[in-house]
Amino acid sequence: MKQPLFFSRAVLISLCLTVASQLATADEISVAVASNFAEPMQEIATAFEKKTGHKAQLSPASTGKLYSQIKNGAPFEIFLSADDTTPAILEKEGLAAIDSHFTYATGKLVLWSAKPSFVDDQGTVLKTGKFTYLAIANPATAPYGVAAVETLKKLDLLAAIQPKFVQGDNITQTFQFVSTGNAELGFVALSQVFKDGKISSGSAWLVTPSLYEPLHQDAVLLNKGSSKPAAKALLDYLKSDEAKHIIRRYGYDI
Amino acid sequence: MNTGDLSAIWLTLKLATTTTLLLLLIGTPLAWWLTRTRSRLAGFISVLVAMPLVLPPTVIGFYLLLAMGPHGVIGQFTQALGIGLLPFTFTGLVIASVLYSMPFVVQPLQNAFDSVDKSLLDAAAMLRANRFDAFLHIVLPLSAPAYITAAILCFAHTVGEFGVVLMLGGNIPGATQVLSVQIYNHVEAMQYSNAHWLAGGMLLFSFVVLSALYSLRKSGGLRV
Repeated sequence: MKQPLFFSRAVLISLCLTVASQLATADEISVAVASNFAEPMQEIATAFEKKTGHKAQLSPASTGKLYSQIKNGAPFEIFLSADDTTPAILEKEGLAAIDSHFTYATGKLVLWSAKPSFVDDQGTVLKTGKFTYLAIANPATAPYGVAAVETLKKLDLLAAIQPKFVQGDNITQTFQFVSTGNAELGFVALSQVFKDGKISSGSAWLVTPSLYEPLHQDAVLLNKGSSKPAAKALLDYLKSDEAKHIIRRYGYDI
Repeated sequence: MNTGDLSAIWLTLKLATTTTLLLLLIGTPLAWWLTRTRSRLAGFISVLVAMPLVLPPTVIGFYLLLAMGPHGVIGQFTQALGIGLLPFTFTGLVIASVLYSMPFVVQPLQNAFDSVDKSLLDAAAMLRANRFDAFLHIVLPLSAPAYITAAILCFAHTVGEFGVVLMLGGNIPGATQVLSVQIYNHVEAMQYSNAHWLAGGMLLFSFVVLSALYSLRKSGGLRV
């Protein structure tokens, strides 16, 4: 009887040790990420995993939706918002580690059409008004929608163009409306149409930055991740030059 | 309740009524044909009609957005007709709803047509009633309960439609901003009290509709 017991105990201990070492070396981090940043974050997560062995699970959605989910107990450990107000609110509400938020990227607004030479590089197409629909992200929930409305207001075109608005639920859907050609043009995130240093298809006007409030995108460490070294490591990696290089390649400033 | 909410309610009722009337018109000959035909095509068509029961609404919405777009089959057709493009319009939503709610009309009608006693039709033929006469005076009255079921289900299902409209509508007040989308907008913007009012109303509506349907059915007046 003694030997099997000893044997099983040894197995149990070694099993525990393996699991513990696995836990120490390879953690899983649950990341809520704003739709517009899902693609670069995937690339950053892959690079991070190669370096540290920690795996980041991404859940992309609109900032407003993720905020409601976090408020209602979603198991996210890190939140990459599309604005700089939501992370600050989460800190104030006690749902995120105090003073953990920082700007990881600054988004740029672009007026884009899937058709070549439809949008000129001054955006005068907005004044000539030869289009049926202009797609924007819903300004009630999406920061890029707010920036689009601010831009049109500054250009004194809001009243004229508003009847032509079609609203996407988030910036991804807004891009869909334009890329399928159903809306001739729309305000989307530069990161959606930018590849290898240039606009990858169609035609675009990179909206003058003075026309809208800068789209600072902040990250924050949520309570559920505050005691997890891997979550902190991912946030540190997000500030590294390696990550910044990837972020810039997708058309963000940092 | 603001004007946006009111216009969303009105639009939803308009969409559901239009869709129901159109589907009863289209569904009747389609269900009749499916009941009577021996064509091999029937199986294929039945599957197509039932597809919306299985496919996620946003998937249907996305493919309709592509198909109705300037490069899509439907889009090129409507442009050639001079109607322009259908996404972001009320007409576009009606067409999408007709496709999406089709199984809720065709299937009850098909079941009802199927259960009509064939000897009655034979008798009618012997009395020299033509097929249309027989359909109008025998099949239709016998299937009346199924028509009520089909109409209620179609109406209720269209009222509750969300994913397709979200993908295809573009959230335009008065044209495509229906009730379900408006509730979603309120929730997304964290205007929970507005959302509660509309959602509560919708809950009550669906409860009343389904209660009516089930009590009718229990009293023996209806079968699905």
